Amino acid sequence: MMRQYKEKENVQKKPYYSDRFWVAPQVPKFDVQSDTVFAQDLAVLKEKFEIVDAYIQQGQMIVYINSNDNVDVLTTLRDELSYNFLSEHSAIDWLAKRGEFEIFYQMLSTGKRKRIRIKCFIKERETLKSVTGVYKSADWAEREMYDMFGVIISGHHYMKRLLMPDDWYDHPLRKTYPLHGDEAAQWYEIDKIFGKEYRDIIGPEERDAARIDVDDTHRFSHIHHEVPFGAPVSHEKTATDYQEEGGVFIVKKLKKEDAKILKERP
Amino acid sequence: MQKVNRLKPFFENLVFEREDNHMIVNFGPQHPSSHGQLRLILELDGELVTKSTPDIGYLHRGMEKMAENMIYNEFLPTTDRMDYIAASANNYGFALAVETLIGLDVPRRAKVIRMMLLELNRISSHLFWLATHALDVGAMTIFLYAFREREYTLDLIEDYCGARLTHSSVRIGGVPLDLPKGWIDGLNKFINHLPIDIGDYEGLLDQNRIWKMRLENVGKITPEQAQSWGLSGPMLRGSGIAWDIRKEEPYELYDEVEFDVPVSTTCDSYGRYKLHMEEMRQSIRILKQLIPMYEQTSPEIMAHAPQYISAPKEQIMTQNYSLMQHFVLVTQGMRPPVGDVYVPTESPKGELGFYINSQGNPYPYRVKLRTPSFFHTAFLQELLVGEYLADVVAIIGNANIVFGEIDR
Repeated sequence: MMRQYKEKENVQKKPYYSDRFWVAPQVPKFDVQSDTVFAQDLAVLKEKFEIVDAYIQQGQMIVYINSNDNVDVLTTLRDELSYNFLSEHSAIDWLAKRGEFEIFYQMLSTGKRKRIRIKCFIKERETLKSVTGVYKSADWAEREMYDMFGVIISGHHYMKRLLMPDDWYDHPLRKTYPLHGDEAAQWYEIDKIFGKEYRDIIGPEERDAARIDVDDTHRFSHIHHEVPFGAPVSHEKTATDYQEEGGVFIVKKLKKEDAKILKERP
Repeated sequence: MQKVNRLKPFFENLVFEREDNHMIVNFGPQHPSSHGQLRLILELDGELVTKSTPDIGYLHRGMEKMAENMIYNEFLPTTDRMDYIAASANNYGFALAVETLIGLDVPRRAKVIRMMLLELNRISSHLFWLATHALDVGAMTIFLYAFREREYTLDLIEDYCGARLTHSSVRIGGVPLDLPKGWIDGLNKFINHLPIDIGDYEGLLDQNRIWKMRLENVGKITPEQAQSWGLSGPMLRGSGIAWDIRKEEPYELYDEVEFDVPVSTTCDSYGRYKLHMEEMRQSIRILKQLIPMYEQTSPEIMAHAPQYISAPKEQIMTQNYSLMQHFVLVTQGMRPPVGDVYVPTESPKGELGFYINSQGNPYPYRVKLRTPSFFHTAFLQELLVGEYLADVVAIIGNANIVFGEIDR
């Protein structure tokens, strides 16, 4: 029998039911001109760079720029518009839908008490210029982004994986990467600790902590089909009396033959 | 020089190569004062650190990945495991981010209770910081005293939500429970006594010669460094920048209570110690103002938004439609609007931000957890250079890093 076909582009959990006629509401967007500070900031940016889109959402301005302008835009924001903090910087995986990553730079100006989010898109194999020269907080943020998404950064002084081991295969936060890890992840620790030659003896690592293997009698047992530790599964019914003779009273001793079955409600 | 048969000395926790005075020391990941699983590769010239390379990832659990595979309410208890010293602050940050995404206003009583929990968590976290930091520096007494007082905050939190470490004490849309009977009396006792205890700590430490020698002029952070490295919380205020999100971008009822934002201009570890002490006093001040505010509120504790939030229990048990809605919300999860938000809050450690990208599904499309300790640890690359090896432990302790939120 042919195995069931599964979509590989996005292996994350999906809702099991969605109403066909349900239309998702949108977080309201406002025009940039409705806020004078943001309007001025945007005017300065517009003079120098090509702005793809800009709007205000939840009190923060979101500006879409071209990805190759990123260093210059951030330098302008820091030096001319007093955005002195880069709070956060990461990516969103849109590879399945549009073949690119969305990169965001979340910035803060303590002088103006304003937050803006600079966004750009980048193709999978394209390189993104490092902004560590502008904000040092991008140092680890970029390393984490490379580690988690495989976004290629140029000009970073120490571009190594940050959270995962150096020899890890694939980038875990991509939508194509399953939650419990792929096949390479199953063998990673076996290879590392015991060596590849032990693969046959030990077998792959079970990475789903909630998985129940009915044939594994080391860790699981069937009620009424108990077998000794590690023995093969048996379908014979076992008569198990949980109450030991003279032991501590735990379960009331029930003898089925002594039980009285009522014909009707009393 | 031929290196083929060179003997490499190898000890359990120390790998070094000798070339004149140059030495590479491997610090951690299993080191009692690395505050979790921090590994530092320190290059030393004599006793001076010439290069430091923090290595993290030993506690990485992939929380952002987990968030993409969980409905919003499911993820909330997971946030406990980020900054496990102040779990409610994480719960709150996530709940606030989701509430902002769906545009929800929380009842006033829930806001007061949340603020009480947040400030108790701040005190608890600062006491824990003081205890472990002092222990690292060599002051055993203060460790015992600070842990004694921390127990009272944990007792209060336990009385409220039943948990001491992983609280999950906040829900999206409000809080799960009202304050139990007599809780306010306990809180009153605690906040009346804590200033005396803080005075005791300061009496032990402020003029203590060893404490001052270990902390003064150690771990200096200039304001430029603090801005460039994205520091926040006491680390930022310790370098002279008065920025507290509670004050500057008030959430909940922080604009209605009076409190000061302490700032230290000495930029060193000792200044940050004074800052933590003062922040605890300000938290007590906030808690004192919250008690009368609580008494004036009406008893609702969860927001009314049937599309997103389940109705109160008694309504679910009596009304069919509420039960149906509850069933859908539990089995399928709420579907917030399409859009993305970044919501920062002031956790005890600094700016805790949740970036949520929603595509209108019960599962978030992307969650980015912006945690203060992550950026503080990255800064160790620059902060430790030029310091003595003996001060490394003091600086790490002073930075107040918690590994649950660095590796996530």
